[in-house]
Amino acid sequence: MAFVLAQDISVDFPLYHGNHRSLKKTVFAAASGRLGRDGHQRPVVQALRDINFTLRTGDRLGLIGTNGAGKTTMLRTLAGIYEPVRGRVEVDGSLNALLDTQLGMNPDLTGRENIMLRGMYNKFSHRQIRQLEEDVQDFAELGDFLDLPVRLYSSGMVIRLGFGLATAVNPQVLLMDEWFMAGDARFLAKAMARMESVVRGAEILVLSSHQVAAVSSWCTRVIWMDQGRIREDGPADEVLAAYLRAQDDGPEAAPAGKQSVLG
Amino acid sequence: MDHAIEPALQHLPGTHMDISAEAAENGWQRLAAEDVQGGLALWRLGLTLGWLDIKLRYRGSVLGPFWLTISTAVWIGAMGTLYAALFHTDLHGYLPFLALSLVLWTALSGVVSDACNTFLQSENLIRSMRMPYFLHAIRVVVRNVISLAHNIPVILVVFWLFGSWPGRHALWVFPALLIWSVDAFATCLLLGALCARFRDIPPIVGSVMQIAFFTTPIMWRPEQLGGHGWWLPLNPFNALLDVARQPLLGISPGPAMWAAALGYSAVFCLGTWMLFARVRGRIAFWM
Repeated sequence: MAFVLAQDISVDFPLYHGNHRSLKKTVFAAASGRLGRDGHQRPVVQALRDINFTLRTGDRLGLIGTNGAGKTTMLRTLAGIYEPVRGRVEVDGSLNALLDTQLGMNPDLTGRENIMLRGMYNKFSHRQIRQLEEDVQDFAELGDFLDLPVRLYSSGMVIRLGFGLATAVNPQVLLMDEWFMAGDARFLAKAMARMESVVRGAEILVLSSHQVAAVSSWCTRVIWMDQGRIREDGPADEVLAAYLRAQDDGPEAAPAGKQSVLG
Repeated sequence: MDHAIEPALQHLPGTHMDISAEAAENGWQRLAAEDVQGGLALWRLGLTLGWLDIKLRYRGSVLGPFWLTISTAVWIGAMGTLYAALFHTDLHGYLPFLALSLVLWTALSGVVSDACNTFLQSENLIRSMRMPYFLHAIRVVVRNVISLAHNIPVILVVFWLFGSWPGRHALWVFPALLIWSVDAFATCLLLGALCARFRDIPPIVGSVMQIAFFTTPIMWRPEQLGGHGWWLPLNPFNALLDVARQPLLGISPGPAMWAAALGYSAVFCLGTWMLFARVRGRIAFWM
């Protein structure tokens, strides 16, 4: 039984530009007794605020909101990449996070080497890694390109490789950003079929998107994120309807952009 | 149906993840210990990453990493002849000393400068999946060990040319290298974290290492200082270098030198641990 808990989560992003990156400036600030004040005055983006929800087996959660509403940060926090400054994340069950097409691939390595590294990260045996390789090879149709560095690939090829790799394992908890919607039409049809089998296999899905259509076709429950907070949480059709209404009402109702959350 | 779209899926091993701000506040040392443990559990990935780094660096070059061997050999040959003349010593006694010193120093300063990129270089990985930070330290140490290994032939050739085989004392190099590797991991965690946070650290590290090169007995022997060498024990690099170099020159380093090397390493590792454990959860935000 898989299980995801988000309890009172807050995540702050320190904004390091110019001075805050410099050791010299920090040392001089400390020497002149300004460090304490500086520590509090350092600009932060309040990326997430007071997030609470629980997901159990069978839940298909959609995260919707404008750019900068905190969707991707939410996924990264659930994946354990960002540790919250307050609150608690608990995930029980194997987890796979599909956050971007690059998936941490090293562009200088060949496709095959990247697949091998991914397999090792999952602690696969040699046999399992070979199987992973074959599976991705079949799906991505890269042919001889598999033995060339990834930086030589076209963007479509990178997406096929990333997608094939990401969907070749079957996690209990699947965290997914909307990038998987990219790609050419022929690929999309094939990708959808494969995606469906992964989603079916997963016990819990969290999908982040600002496209209402994608969320309504995959999800049963939707959380509407706005400026790092949960604005609404409920059954997919209700929340999506409210979200669409707010979008129609103009930008005041659903402010966009990271600037608005500068604290 | 097309094979590719069938669920040929492999199951991931089940895991339990529990991250809370409260635990990070009270159990930061435990979490850091778990990080190191998790990194060690992924040693196979760490080895491969380090190996691929070396492979990538020399991809498309005919001699590959043996360029390292050649450039070290040329360097030692040139410096050896020049400095033997400058110091009025005979090449026979000086060159084995210089060869060992330069190879060991190259390894040490190599780790230090490479350590600055420990986390920055893995930015892609760090931002796309949860991974123990210690894994990146393993990667850096592995690729530096491989580099060091390519310089071993130079040492062997010098031993052979000058007939200066060190004898059974040489075995003491192994405990010394153990201290070196623990320090290397610590250096990666410390400088990796500091350089991720403060981007002006690498040039500082570079100039410190340059000064250290001249103030540590590498080109010159401690005896040459005569009565002016009182400060030498204050240089941690001196002790570290000596415990690894003396055995290979056929000398047992002696308890004082071991104590100094162990003492400096212990202080360094402890300091690193306190800092790394404190900031571990923040590193992802510094990318």
